[in-house]
Amino acid sequence: MIWETFLLAQREIRRNVLRSSLTILGIVIGVAAVITMVTLGGGATAQVTKDISSLGSNMLLMRPGQGFRGPGGASSTSPMFKMEDVEALSREISGLAAVAPSSNRIIQAIYGNENWSTTVTGTTNAFLEVRNWALTSGRAFTSADTRAGKAVCIIGSTVRKELFGGLDPLGVSIRLQKLSFQVIGVLESKGQSSFGSDQDDVVLIPIIAFQRRIAGNQDVASIYLSAKDGVSTEKVKKDVETLMRERRRIGNDQDDDFNVRDLKEIIQALTSSTRVLTALLAAVAAVSLLVGGIGIMNIMLVSVTERTREIGTRLAIGALEKEVLMQFLVEAVVLSCFGGIIGIILGLSAALAGAHALNIPFLFNLKIVSLAFVFSAAVGVIFGYFPARKAARLNPIEALRHE
Amino acid sequence: MKPSIQTTPQQSTGRDLPDNNPIINVKGVTKVYGTGSAAMAALRGVDFFIRQGEFVAVMGPSGSGKSTCMNILGCLDIPSSGQYLFQGADVGRLSRDQRALLRRNFLGFVFQGFNLLNRTSALENVELPLIYRGTPIAERKEQAKEALRSVGLSGWESHTPGELSGGQQQRVAIARAIVTHPRVLLADEPTGNLDSARSREIMELLTVFNREMGITIIMVTHESDMAAYAGRQIHFLDGVIANGDEPERRQP
Repeated sequence: MIWETFLLAQREIRRNVLRSSLTILGIVIGVAAVITMVTLGGGATAQVTKDISSLGSNMLLMRPGQGFRGPGGASSTSPMFKMEDVEALSREISGLAAVAPSSNRIIQAIYGNENWSTTVTGTTNAFLEVRNWALTSGRAFTSADTRAGKAVCIIGSTVRKELFGGLDPLGVSIRLQKLSFQVIGVLESKGQSSFGSDQDDVVLIPIIAFQRRIAGNQDVASIYLSAKDGVSTEKVKKDVETLMRERRRIGNDQDDDFNVRDLKEIIQALTSSTRVLTALLAAVAAVSLLVGGIGIMNIMLVSVTERTREIGTRLAIGALEKEVLMQFLVEAVVLSCFGGIIGIILGLSAALAGAHALNIPFLFNLKIVSLAFVFSAAVGVIFGYFPARKAARLNPIEALRHE
Repeated sequence: MKPSIQTTPQQSTGRDLPDNNPIINVKGVTKVYGTGSAAMAALRGVDFFIRQGEFVAVMGPSGSGKSTCMNILGCLDIPSSGQYLFQGADVGRLSRDQRALLRRNFLGFVFQGFNLLNRTSALENVELPLIYRGTPIAERKEQAKEALRSVGLSGWESHTPGELSGGQQQRVAIARAIVTHPRVLLADEPTGNLDSARSREIMELLTVFNREMGITIIMVTHESDMAAYAGRQIHFLDGVIANGDEPERRQP
């Protein structure tokens, strides 16, 4: 009987293809929207997390001033760090795996007829360690390079492409502010960060060379720190703050004139904001599912009115109340499930296309797909029940007389 | 408490009942619509009985109560007072579902407006009552084809009502009514929408089913030449039976 009811329902649906498709349109759009939003949102979250962890594992960033003030926004009243700070940190704090100084400036890099404006960063090999960055060719700085501040540089893949095209840059010299730096290594590509900046648009030179030849001072603008595996970044952060307060002679009643940021905090803030956004969009999509359900109820009510005589005939022939109820309920559920399936297909295709366009990974989320399907079936049951009950409770005599 | 009644045909012995045990027995039935000052009596005390195998024409002007009576005979409605015994069961005391089962297993209906399902083939229309009976699909198709053949519509199985003439549609409807071999066929002005030639064909079909399958037929009609096919006529007037055309008035 269930199978019969199912056949009957799908025959009924085919009898009026246009109306059936309009009926399920709401469900289709609702399900497709939910699937697209959640799938894309999941992909975006994964991408952001991956981007940030590509900055370096267990990374802390210390800058002068009381808070982040954007790029180069170190407060002028807070003194810069010195190389002695870097040395003291790596000497006195046991939980640190690497401490890297970093000062940078945007400079025109020139090779032959090519020139390219890029960020020149003065640092040490520890920078590569903190940022999890490997070389594709060449070598890192030697200790002699670092100590003496030799005029050597490691270039990012964007700089390599802009200045050298297909040529091998190793051993060749480029000019930075009229000074000649020999290229000793090329960094592997990290791509765009989720903040939109090109991480590969960079030239690394020894920090001493930066201080003497480019900045003309002894300053270190910021310090990258990475905690050893198994050491909590919270503890390291506290130790660093204590040491720095001491070194900078900050009294107990004074605020820090520097700040230490844990990258994990930024990851958490970003992923949670992506999640909130995804949830909001999914909620909007769920509302359209609800509207889709009301659409089904509307059409089923029209259908019951239109088929009153048919219902009367069925009742006269001996259909039980529950059989008529089942007939209309199954019809609504078949319709909404069908809408759900089309919506899932559309939603996944849209998410696939969207992920491609936005350059984020496409993560198939079985949970949300099954949830959307179950939800659309439930919409059929809930919104189909009222019209079905109306049909089943018709008085056969009046139904037969209905014009 | 519901009386235990027989709503399925398995142990039925209806056809073997002796002649003085009528299949339909109406005793003092009234039907009042509305309440209070708006109350309107459609039937005001009706007594009659119909034996297995009879062909009865029900006649009377509009508003005479004949339609109300047919609804009660068809177990679609119940009397306000009095008793309607169908095969000895008091229909007035049955639940809605029990009455549906009675219709499913013992009654067939033919309507003036045919009431076929649109955009559904003749075969599927005839199969409908068998679906509710739970007849297996192969058997069902066979029986439906046989029923269509018996009304002279072999070869028209896949045609939808829209592709059939009025007379053909009514024959499909008759096939649908007799496919379950009902004990009683209730026909409500079956020729009301047909011309006289088609009407005669339908009446001849009904006569054949009455004689050859022993189906009791109760037919409402306005036309006396259609009523002439019946073995007996019951005339309604103002909610009571007006004619003395009953062979025996006494209750058995």
